[in-house]
Amino acid sequence: MESARTNTTENGGSSVTPAVDVTDVSFAYGEKPVVSDVSMTIDQGEFLGLIGPNGSGKTTLLHLMLGLLEPDTGSVSLFGEPVGAFDEGERIGYVSQQSTNRGGTMPVTVRESVTMGRFAHAGHRRLTSEDDAIVEEALETVGITELGDRLINQLSGGQRQRAYIARALASEADLLALDEPTVGVDAESRDAFYRLLDRLNDSGITIILIEHDIGVVTDRASRIACINTELYHHGDTESFVESDALAEAYGATGQVVHHDH
Amino acid sequence: MPEPIDSTNREHEHGTGGDRRRLLEHCGLALTAVIALVMLSFVLLYWLRDNPALANAYSQFMIAGQWFDYYLGTNVFQWAFMWQSMATGVLIGIVAPLIGTFLVHREMALIGETLAHTAFAGVAIGFAGGAVIGWSGSPLYAALLVGVLGALGVQWLAERTNTYGDVPIAIMLTGSFAVGTLIISWGRGQRGIDIEGFLFGDLAIVTAGSARMMAVLSVVVVAVVIYTYKQLLFITFDEQAARVAQLNVDAYNTLLIVMTAVVVVGSMQVLGVILVAGMLVIPVAAASQVARGFRETMYLSILFGQLSIAGGFALAISQGLPSGGSIIVVAIAIYLLSILLSSGRVTAMSMH
Repeated sequence: MESARTNTTENGGSSVTPAVDVTDVSFAYGEKPVVSDVSMTIDQGEFLGLIGPNGSGKTTLLHLMLGLLEPDTGSVSLFGEPVGAFDEGERIGYVSQQSTNRGGTMPVTVRESVTMGRFAHAGHRRLTSEDDAIVEEALETVGITELGDRLINQLSGGQRQRAYIARALASEADLLALDEPTVGVDAESRDAFYRLLDRLNDSGITIILIEHDIGVVTDRASRIACINTELYHHGDTESFVESDALAEAYGATGQVVHHDH
Repeated sequence: MPEPIDSTNREHEHGTGGDRRRLLEHCGLALTAVIALVMLSFVLLYWLRDNPALANAYSQFMIAGQWFDYYLGTNVFQWAFMWQSMATGVLIGIVAPLIGTFLVHREMALIGETLAHTAFAGVAIGFAGGAVIGWSGSPLYAALLVGVLGALGVQWLAERTNTYGDVPIAIMLTGSFAVGTLIISWGRGQRGIDIEGFLFGDLAIVTAGSARMMAVLSVVVVAVVIYTYKQLLFITFDEQAARVAQLNVDAYNTLLIVMTAVVVVGSMQVLGVILVAGMLVIPVAAASQVARGFRETMYLSILFGQLSIAGGFALAISQGLPSGGSIIVVAIAIYLLSILLSSGRVTAMSMH
């Protein structure tokens, strides 16, 4: 593990292992290419906004990064390990799109769902009082301690997303991957949610955020990747705003979503 | 960052009332555990009753049964074959809802039904094959083997089609039942087959051997669920996040579905092929109406399962009815009650 963390990247630029390293990755569903020849490096501590029109392959790219999908060609590494061999699952917190988990129907309390963050650490052993303390701290950090005994499906959208973030914190994740976390969340809670992400990023957690609201991304993220099957832009936010990447990526297929804050 | 949090509702729900409720649940579970241990010890004693060291314990047990009957005015507890049925029933009431809690919330409720039909083909093979090779053991062993193979087949299909979709399930369900009927029809000439007992459930077809098999399977299933509770909960709640956390999701899915097959085969004799899925689903549905967490859902499922079994047995024995139908009808009555009970809470919730 130690050697993995001190590996240098191939271009020799940085002495710290990047959180995610994507090299020449392509992926197709059947004949239809979804991600084509994408290379990018996400350094530790970065806040990356991943944007693109609907159906542009954002979620697929994120799934490739996390090892949920295997690329047809190219390679992905997480913290210096090839993603297939990466076994420190607790270092990654993943908040999927709302529709893919059972939070809406299954009777699970907020505390139970946050405790799942400890499962990768615990394996088959019993949870200890230390695990419990970490769970309580995570609830505290995202500000939902009072909701611990409520059922997840009784929470508002914003509160529910906080619960999922708390699960990632309880797992002491170094990398937080969020797929459109604020769909269906009211504007006020959404602002509070993004302030929370900012704080977590300041404390050193790497964040990858898929977001359809470009205003939010340019406000919050330190770097931006704009994709529509191919990678149109990957760099800091200022250069993105000045470039034509947005118009090019969205040009053919979609409508830009802009929210004024 | 502070979001307006409405905690009044919560405090109202979780005062001393919550504590009393938890105490009640724990008492119910403890009682269930004691009953299960009594049943397991009966199965063990009956098995070893020829051992001189245990013969006395066994006859004491049966004498206690006679006293039971004397005081309750029944004609049940003095008979060893009734104890075998009761032991099987009590264990079904524990393991079926236990596994069902995960199945229901993985939206795999019909898997149990499918595996029951697969196991039915196994029963048929057991009967017919037993007649051919001259083996007179319980056809349940064949059902267990075929059921587990069927479970692995369903899992194989699901992994390839990326879903527990209802089309492969329907094909599997009808296909294995079709094979079962063919074998039964062919086998009738070979050996008298009491297939109705397996279709609708019959206390009389529970043998000492099948009760013993259920005892072993139940202990194994409960132990495995305790050992893998965290993993099963995580993959049930959020399969993708569990994958990202590097849980071996496919392996746990396979484990769950194989345990389902095991529970289904063990439950088939009392509940019947057609009704066995009810015990996996109905107590869990009732518990999910009123529970305030996953662990509580599991506890209440088991309690409701026990109540269904007890009520169903009472109905079946006193009125001479088939056990499967009786148990499921009682389970559904509990389900309807739980909906009535929770409807007040649901309306309060939807007013937010």
